[in-house]
Amino acid sequence: MKRQVKSFFAFLLAFMPIMAMAQIDGEFIKPRSGKFLLQNATVETITKGTLKNTSILVENGKIAQIGTSISAPDAEVIDCSGLVIYPGMIDGGTQLGLVEVNSVPETVDYAEIGNFTPNMQALTAVNPNTEAVPVTRVSGVTTVMTVPQGGLFPGTAALINLVGYTPDQMYAGAKAVVMNFPSSARRGRFDRRSDEDIKKDNEKAQKEANEIWERAKSYHELSQKGAELEYYPEMAQLAKVIAGELPLMIEVNAASDIQNAIKWVADKNVKVIFSGVDEGWRVADEIAKAGIPVITGPVQDLPTRQSDRYDAAYSNAGKMAKAGVKVAIRTNESENVRNLPFHAAFAAAYGLGKEEAWKAVTIYPAEILGVADQYGSIEQGKVANLIVATEDPFETRSQIMHVFINGYRIPLSNRHIRLYQEFLERSPNLNTH
Amino acid sequence: MKKLNYFLAALLGLSLQVAEAQTPKGSVLIKNATVITVTNGNLENSDVLVQDGIIKQIGQNLNAPSGVQTIDATGKYLMPGIIDAHSHVGLDVVNEATSPIVAEVRMKDVVNPYEVGLYRALAGGVTISHAMHGSANVVGGQNATLKHRWGSSDPADIIMQDAPRTIKFALGENPTRVHGRGNGIQPRSRMGVEAILRNGFNEALQYKKAWETYNAAKSQKGNTMVAPEYDERLQTLVDILDGKIIIHCHSYRADEIYMLINVAKDFGISKLVFQHTNEGFKVAPEIAQYTMGASVFADWWAYKFEVYYSTAFNAAILQRNGAITSINSDSAELIRHLYHEAAKTQRYGGLTDEEALAMITINPAKQLGIDDKVGSLEVGKQADMVIFEGHPLSSYAVPQMTFVDGIKYFDIKTDKDDQRQRVSPTEMVEEVMLTEENHRCMQDTEFLFETANALFHTNH
Repeated sequence: MKRQVKSFFAFLLAFMPIMAMAQIDGEFIKPRSGKFLLQNATVETITKGTLKNTSILVENGKIAQIGTSISAPDAEVIDCSGLVIYPGMIDGGTQLGLVEVNSVPETVDYAEIGNFTPNMQALTAVNPNTEAVPVTRVSGVTTVMTVPQGGLFPGTAALINLVGYTPDQMYAGAKAVVMNFPSSARRGRFDRRSDEDIKKDNEKAQKEANEIWERAKSYHELSQKGAELEYYPEMAQLAKVIAGELPLMIEVNAASDIQNAIKWVADKNVKVIFSGVDEGWRVADEIAKAGIPVITGPVQDLPTRQSDRYDAAYSNAGKMAKAGVKVAIRTNESENVRNLPFHAAFAAAYGLGKEEAWKAVTIYPAEILGVADQYGSIEQGKVANLIVATEDPFETRSQIMHVFINGYRIPLSNRHIRLYQEFLERSPNLNTH
Repeated sequence: MKKLNYFLAALLGLSLQVAEAQTPKGSVLIKNATVITVTNGNLENSDVLVQDGIIKQIGQNLNAPSGVQTIDATGKYLMPGIIDAHSHVGLDVVNEATSPIVAEVRMKDVVNPYEVGLYRALAGGVTISHAMHGSANVVGGQNATLKHRWGSSDPADIIMQDAPRTIKFALGENPTRVHGRGNGIQPRSRMGVEAILRNGFNEALQYKKAWETYNAAKSQKGNTMVAPEYDERLQTLVDILDGKIIIHCHSYRADEIYMLINVAKDFGISKLVFQHTNEGFKVAPEIAQYTMGASVFADWWAYKFEVYYSTAFNAAILQRNGAITSINSDSAELIRHLYHEAAKTQRYGGLTDEEALAMITINPAKQLGIDDKVGSLEVGKQADMVIFEGHPLSSYAVPQMTFVDGIKYFDIKTDKDDQRQRVSPTEMVEEVMLTEENHRCMQDTEFLFETANALFHTNH
């Protein structure tokens, strides 16, 4: 019965953000900046506990004040009684903005030709006006790592906020050079290579990776010494990893590949992040011992082996965290990054726990990507990426009532919602003549 | 003489048993659960008694007859087994992509009871799946409705024998790509798809008439008529026209959905369910009025062009317009958390608990023609049930036990991790699959395309 009442309210609330944003013909509601006072909410800070009956002042794009009695007469007041405020969620790995329709090659920009292309910049190809941006941000995901795909070193990923009209306006201050670690695994059912060919390909890729690395090291050493080097943008980009300017984000999944990757980076003295890490649970202690942080996911995924327990992917994050690995969660999605809270909820239910799961989509990815001074929690002085919800946004029935990104109040509208508004009660209804 | 009678009786009994080769049926008493009946509300602290695979009693303070196991479900939720109206789990092959109409092929012939995906579906509370032919053809093959009786090596044991016949149709990009662009024959466009359907049904009517003429003439004296050549393909189309088969049609765009509604009206077909139906919301009143509804994804969109103008509010709009609506998986991954997919109708459209849960139980049962047998917890129905820790619509819910016909096939506490029933003797080291192929709507059409890899990542 209690749930029935709750779902009735959920039903009412479902329409509220839409009604509040109802449009007049010809009017378009844009994200707008300003001074906003989010009044009287429960604030889940992530890093400093839960604050009851608390207000947040948003000013100049930042969280200006957090307190129980903030005086800001010139601020636009948003009553948040009965609502809960969380920091915006961060997805540590997506292709958001790099693709519009996956089956239409003309709209796919996440993969370039070539095996060694670390100079390919995801931030260049991000389309700030992709439909996926407004679809994603109303779910409470405010910031995503957008990651190139493809060869051994496919490009450089970038962290973006889901507001802004140019990639630079969206840029959230973190990049990483991506490496697809040589894989001993099959890519899927369509991967019809023989076991022998997979082994050969893997060995070839290992060799190539080593050669590239040695050359990048030379490139870095020579340029340090002031040598005049030929134009070699690929090496110049990878040298930034060796110089410690950028982290190396290594996509690695099969257990033996993870072990090899740990060995491979051991003597390299660079900032390393592992991504994917599907079989991390098999070698969790070794990852923990190596002290390498992990961005794992998708959580709602099949096990990698037929013999695995059905929930291997659900419980992977929890098992790694238990072993002492710092774990952030990603969707690895493009159009459905909005499901990040649900991936996190499944990880929570299958061993990670709710508190750690929340950190895995807020402060941990911020720390792993080196932007925790700006993002990932509700603290004074941080960027105002905030979501206001009826209840825990990991719950599917939860309704997101307000979203702020970079201090901009985001309209709770997108094409999905506009189609709902137009077609819920279609007119004319049935053609009766 | 008496001895002989006993002997005959024994023989008779034996032959009867052989005649009705039975799948296992269990008895169990589940105590103190929150019973979500779906059709008759929720019952707090209630018991459900199952005998020989059938729900015998629902109430409080029920006692287990001797020999019947009792399971204490205090603090837990009991709901009907989840039904997936669109799946390819448990099938060896999916597409017979050789002609725009292949009505004669049957998925019952390619059921694979060893596929571990069936167990994984059980672990997500799914007891019945609609194992469908793929979407390469305008008229595809006949589907199989499976009951997940995990552990049997006999395909017949996991086929729901008392489910009616269904057949796959497909509109839009997939059949036009395979035949028009792949093979250079009709259909290459949505116009061609309609023509294939109308031509096929008209040919079937002529075929039916030829047989009727022959059958009428047969009884006449001095008849010299020769029987028409039997054609399984056309006979199946006749069976559709005669209302013996339910159409389940892969569709995305509103125009093609509307087209098939018109074709169905013209040929007097009423047993029609739309599958995927991403733009169903645009023609929701028509779907509600003329069909058995739509079976949709909770939130999939933009993976191909014909689903670019989708909305996650699709299910809610269809429901509010009175269409029978179900949420399906079409995926070996999604099938494991359909309860969560159904819950998305609460985020996108604020549906009630009852409406959301109906979309994975009684509504798909209606669309498969099995709602008199399964899809809700009611006395007299088959005892397909799931016990959940946490409300099934919560993101934190975890299925605990799953029963089919009163037999427990999944138990989170006692099941072993490795559920493979068969391991290839030539396999030296087990394969690691990074992106296990979730979506198999276009499986077995690879030979038509050079760039198969790119296609199968994204095309459902």
